Amino acid sequence: MEDRAPNPILSATGLRKEYGKGAALVRAVDDVGLAVRPGESVAIVGPSGCGKSTLLYLLGGLERPTAGAIELAGQPIHDIAESALARLRRRALGFVFQAFHLVDELTALENVELPALLAGASPRAARARARELLQQVDLEDRAEHLPSALSGGQCQRVAIARALANAPLLVLADEPTGNLDSAATTEVLRLFDQLRATGQTLITVTHDSRVAATADRLITMRDGAFVDETRLTGGTSRSLSQITGLGS
Amino acid sequence: MAEPVEIPATEPLHGYQLRVVQEVLLALLAGEASHGYQLRARLALALGPLAGALNDGQVYVTLNRLEKSGLLASTRVGQADRPDRKVYELTPSGRARVATWLNDTSWPKPAPAEFHLKLVAAAAAGLADPVGIVDRQRRELLTGLAQAQRAALAEPNGSVAALLLEGVVLRLQADLRWLEACARYWNQAKER
Repeated sequence: MEDRAPNPILSATGLRKEYGKGAALVRAVDDVGLAVRPGESVAIVGPSGCGKSTLLYLLGGLERPTAGAIELAGQPIHDIAESALARLRRRALGFVFQAFHLVDELTALENVELPALLAGASPRAARARARELLQQVDLEDRAEHLPSALSGGQCQRVAIARALANAPLLVLADEPTGNLDSAATTEVLRLFDQLRATGQTLITVTHDSRVAATADRLITMRDGAFVDETRLTGGTSRSLSQITGLGS
Repeated sequence: MAEPVEIPATEPLHGYQLRVVQEVLLALLAGEASHGYQLRARLALALGPLAGALNDGQVYVTLNRLEKSGLLASTRVGQADRPDRKVYELTPSGRARVATWLNDTSWPKPAPAEFHLKLVAAAAAGLADPVGIVDRQRRELLTGLAQAQRAALAEPNGSVAALLLEGVVLRLQADLRWLEACARYWNQAKER
């Protein structure tokens, strides 16, 4: 693949995940190879059941592969001890989920500072970082609100701020707009576009073509394997007017 | 809908887009008399990032043609330090044309029949893999969606052009969903 530039943030080779046995054997992920460069935003799309979420969980160390290797910043993570993996996940990765997974009893600010506290930051430093991140997602005026007092779009923005708490090498997002209406999706898209512009490395699994369209690179999965790859930034010379049929 | 003004086939501004410019200019003039520059500015504002579709001469050329066909009338107004400018107003037949346009419910055809038939024919003749054709088309539309979306996100809140861009994005999304269905169908067809 053209993107196998030196020193990827994340690389996977021959990745496989199987469930079941014998006739009931399912290959959710079937011989996938991927290299993600620093600052790159990659979207993985495909019909439901194509294995894209499983792949994301493998890449994020939330599930173990049946076969294959994964390296994060050059360090193998597919076979390290669970405790080391948990530590690595906390420090080097940020996760964004479809259902937000915020702690209901904690305010927006407390949710955002939690990962820094868990990673051993001082309460003062964690709080300062959380305030800064809430400002970045334009929610500083909601800092003391509980998730129940926030809209879906606001909850997801808090969750994105939380994912950034430990300045992760890589953010992994699983259907980040799956629970959001069109306006809230736009809020999240704006944020993703901003993240991409600031050089945050990002892998997003989505069935929403609007989310996919914010990525630099788009990979299509079918039946557990990559079947197509498209570069969305830089390549095109067609004007918006041509795309819309309004131009000559 | 009334016949659009006849344009020679060599004219670079043709079909859909020109007819719309004609009708819009007429409608904008229904409120008050105006001159070309002002009309062009209003169109550019409504189109936002898509205003590139309007070339500079288009508004003036169209106003001229509309005047020749009796839908507009113009008067010359002197300006102190510049050449006279033409102020246009609607004629009664121009007014009737605007009413017809506002009541017209025609819409771009929703059936992607040409692409559908391309896939059917490619498969039937064994010329090309329909799934490959779908994937190529999908890449094209996704690139367009990425551009339209970046333009939409760059628009300030409350921008009227953002509304147009939202329409572009939603239509491309719908087309992409249909292409997913195409990929599914033709993938299964290969296995049959």
